[in-house]
Amino acid sequence: MNETLNERVPVLQVRNLRKHYGSNQVLRGITETIYEGEKVAIIGPSGGGKSTFLRCLNCMEDPTSGSIIFDGEDIADMKVDINLHREHIGMVFQSFNLFNNKTVLENIMLAPVTLRTKKLRKKKLQKFFGKKDIVIDTTVEQIKAEAKETAMRLLKRIGLEEKADVYPSTLSGGQKQRIAIIRALAMNPKVMLFDEPTSALDPEMVGEVLDLIRQLGNEGMTMIIVTHEMGFAREIADRIFFISDGIISEQGTPTEFFDHPKNPRTVEFLSKVL
Amino acid sequence: MRFFLSFPKKWDVFYNTFVNHNGYKEVLTGLQNTLIIAVLGLLIGIVIGTVIAAVKVIPPYKRVTRFFQRIGDIYVAFFRGTPMVVQLLLGYYVLFPMLGINMPVINVCVTIFGLNSGAYISEIMRGGINSVDPGQMEAGRALGLSFFSTMMLIVIPQAIKNILPTLGNEFITLVKETSIVGFVGATDICVAFRYIGTNNYEFMVPYLVMALIYIVLVLIITLLIRLMERRLKRNERNA
Repeated sequence: MNETLNERVPVLQVRNLRKHYGSNQVLRGITETIYEGEKVAIIGPSGGGKSTFLRCLNCMEDPTSGSIIFDGEDIADMKVDINLHREHIGMVFQSFNLFNNKTVLENIMLAPVTLRTKKLRKKKLQKFFGKKDIVIDTTVEQIKAEAKETAMRLLKRIGLEEKADVYPSTLSGGQKQRIAIIRALAMNPKVMLFDEPTSALDPEMVGEVLDLIRQLGNEGMTMIIVTHEMGFAREIADRIFFISDGIISEQGTPTEFFDHPKNPRTVEFLSKVL
Repeated sequence: MRFFLSFPKKWDVFYNTFVNHNGYKEVLTGLQNTLIIAVLGLLIGIVIGTVIAAVKVIPPYKRVTRFFQRIGDIYVAFFRGTPMVVQLLLGYYVLFPMLGINMPVINVCVTIFGLNSGAYISEIMRGGINSVDPGQMEAGRALGLSFFSTMMLIVIPQAIKNILPTLGNEFITLVKETSIVGFVGATDICVAFRYIGTNNYEFMVPYLVMALIYIVLVLIITLLIRLMERRLKRNERNA
């Protein structure tokens, strides 16, 4: 923990992020840096802007103003090809959003295969049009085989390899969410965003999903988690953001935050949920 | 009553023309043309309709998008706002000669039927796309897939499953609408039976048989659609 604190590499640098829907100001200027390996939990009252903040980080919602530096580029800029950056920002949704028309295995393989094949095709085209120095080191079959191997390895990890060929409609909520998580992992993301990953689950399934998230955290994955599970936030997070009325009105380590909240708004919120 | 009593005699006349005077050949050509026009028209319609619908659901941030969406609107307004006969006549006697395109009348019919059903299918498809959970698109985009990749791989396959019954309806409409291609001189079932009737100026039996053929055609299509629906559903449940 201490070594990482000394040489902290920023993954996401958010500057003065604002989001308006018409005259409704949902985010009113958030400036924050998230470092590599850091686990941030975002909590706060509903309607306070936590989900909007998270969804702005990979531009699922386009920020009204401000900048988000990821991989040395400002992804809030509309001119930047956001699709390239989203490959490296995993996202997990409250309602799982597994592709209903694809089997579990296809769900996991789809994005890696489609995107890599697209890049391969582009390379081949460039080579065809005279750029001799481009090296083509893979084939479509190889891409598929590699993606399948990764997918099966990830499925084995969560113990669902026998579900590879079934459709999502036959799975339980907990299974769906764990598959959604490894679907994001299959892209080798640099940061994972979780948008209330356990809110749509039956209580007995919350544990398995939290366990998986915890494991990822222990492996050093950078994570930003919007959650209502206060106990979980306290246990896993390095930092807690309290977002209300469109700003981070308080933040700190879990101990500081839960045991010695300073902002009266935080005190009031914690008294209601704890 | 007299009318019905004369039926056996009229049937003999019809049978004679049908079998001995090449009536069956005419009917087979007509049936073939009807099916060609309806099937190819539907396929062209699905392609056009899908493209228009996909363009219409793009969030209209850019000016180019809005431009193409307007074109789609005008297209749909024209093809839904005029009768198909008018479109067929305009296509055959005005548009294609004007463009200097010279092709068999069947091809003209296929084109016009495709363009026409494209307009209807675009609206059906748009409804289908809107019926798919927006989370599916979000999940695709969050993984780095482009809008069109997600549309093609995830949203539209699910939309098509939802709209299959309506699409079947459209196909049935197309099959029946082929009865107007006689206006530009193509042979379909309708023209074939009119030909048989004209042979002896005896129209009762030919037209009754014609109606029967249409009904049987439509019933077969209904059955096929139902089978297809069941297969798609099964795909999702177990497997």
